[in-house]
Amino acid sequence: MPRYVLRRLLSAIPTLLLIATLAFALLHLTPGGPFDSERSLVPQIQHAIEARYHLDEPVWRQYLRYLSDLARGDLGPSFQYRDTSVNQIIALGLPIDLAVGGCAIGFALLVGGAIGLLAASRPGTCRDRVPMTLSMLGMSVPTFVVAPLLILVFAMRLHWLPAGDWVGGSWRHLLLPALALALPYTAFIARLVRASALEVMGSAYIRTARAKGLGPMAVLLRHALRPTLMPLVSYLGPALAGVLTGSIVIEQVFGLPGIGRFFITGALNRDYTLVMGLTLLYGALIILCNLLVDLCYAWLDPRVRLAQ
Amino acid sequence: MSAAATMAGSWRQFWQRFNARRSTTVALWTLALIVAATLLVPVFSPYDYSTPAWTRIFTAPTWRGGQLFGTDALGRDLLVRVMWGCRISLLVGLVASLVSVVIGVLWGATAGYLGGRSDALLMRAVDVLYSVPFIPLVIVLNVLFGRHLLLVFAGIGAVSWLDIARIVRGQTLAIRNREYIDAARALGVRAPAMIRRHVIPNLLGIVIVYATLTVPAVILFEALLSFLGLGVQAPLASLGSLVAEGASEMQANPYLLIIPALLLSLIVLCLNHLGDRLRDALDPHEH
Repeated sequence: MPRYVLRRLLSAIPTLLLIATLAFALLHLTPGGPFDSERSLVPQIQHAIEARYHLDEPVWRQYLRYLSDLARGDLGPSFQYRDTSVNQIIALGLPIDLAVGGCAIGFALLVGGAIGLLAASRPGTCRDRVPMTLSMLGMSVPTFVVAPLLILVFAMRLHWLPAGDWVGGSWRHLLLPALALALPYTAFIARLVRASALEVMGSAYIRTARAKGLGPMAVLLRHALRPTLMPLVSYLGPALAGVLTGSIVIEQVFGLPGIGRFFITGALNRDYTLVMGLTLLYGALIILCNLLVDLCYAWLDPRVRLAQ
Repeated sequence: MSAAATMAGSWRQFWQRFNARRSTTVALWTLALIVAATLLVPVFSPYDYSTPAWTRIFTAPTWRGGQLFGTDALGRDLLVRVMWGCRISLLVGLVASLVSVVIGVLWGATAGYLGGRSDALLMRAVDVLYSVPFIPLVIVLNVLFGRHLLLVFAGIGAVSWLDIARIVRGQTLAIRNREYIDAARALGVRAPAMIRRHVIPNLLGIVIVYATLTVPAVILFEALLSFLGLGVQAPLASLGSLVAEGASEMQANPYLLIIPALLLSLIVLCLNHLGDRLRDALDPHEH
């Protein structure tokens, strides 16, 4: 197991290197720099700024410098926020993304799973049809539509919850963003769990369990639940990645100071180091999520062997 | 029975399974209606999508003057703007899906057919690309290269082919040992012609299903970019940018948010449903 984890982590390095190179090339090969502005600066000042951030060096030197800093875990100084490093910005913003994303995934798993099991318990009846129609709707309404509508209803009309802002992360400020982010995943998980539960309930060992006289609840909990939830685990990887990048929109709508908002403003202002650092962070988190999911999968299903 | 008759018979069977539920018909007609409206309304409406009308700012939806959806902050007719938005969204959906299907099918079929080291290399590239955070990357692309509509097409198409490539490869592995492939190989057909003439045609069913499911995904992606202000350029609007405009005015004029939001959701809902039904109809084993 530890060797497998180590190998997976090592194999992530080329991927991250590729992402870094891609982002670096994109940013540096296109016209326009972080310190171009309408107002022309005195040439000496322009030179001083460029020297300060090593922008006067040839591109390949900048690239090597970036990589060697990266190897030491230093993502460099932000161009746009003076005297602030990208590491500091991440330390500031990431907890917010994790809080909102964690709540959203938790909600989606619990509620989506419950709806899916409920629907599968009486297939074909209205207890199945109504939630499945609703879930199709939930998958089709994008987050950036749900979020303003939630604000409109719960904040502007009913005045139950605040329309945005963070204020140290009180639950009242967390609720609407997490809900908006969770909705499409809840819908998808409900459909996934329903399909999987129906398949499991039709299998031979469930029939055997019933035949030996086990009650429906015991069959469900003791025999059917674990195989039913297996596809959910493999969906969790893409879902975590989606929640992570999806929070870019949520932060924009609710005005949360997470890394997604820094990313958008950084991209608009050509803040090279910030954009590269955050892109790498997203990539690393996606890789990490996929690794965790694979480990979970092997732990839950002994037939999957990791070592091969 | 002749081959043509069998063909027609399996088509009819497919159509019956696909069309078995009334919801399929409803979804098809809704889409047809929306497409017809996007084509006709901008032609016949006296308003256009870009000219401001300062005397008619924020008119609520009304029958008067045919402004069924009201007007926006610059007095522009929302009906015409929404119809243009649908045009853009549907166009992006179709073109970008086409791009991604072409790349995905070629990539997946080549990997699956060649097998061995080429397969490992091609699919390893797909695995690596799966770890690239795409929404951020497309955002960077759009910021850097300007907001050209063509770029939106290419960018979205280029990032959404991974799923199709994987599915097509799996399917190719399943068919590459069939007799007709062996027969063609015995006749001396080389790999490129084999993939083009014998492998890809036999993948069409599954490709059509996933293409149908790619269209709504791509429409949502474009809408997301436009919502963030990175998609189409003003004064032209897509459904995403209309939702964004509506969201900024929603306190006083909620119809500006609700109408484009409703239409976007409706289009995606219909397409998702049709894709689902198509999958069920082509793969009856699942249900």
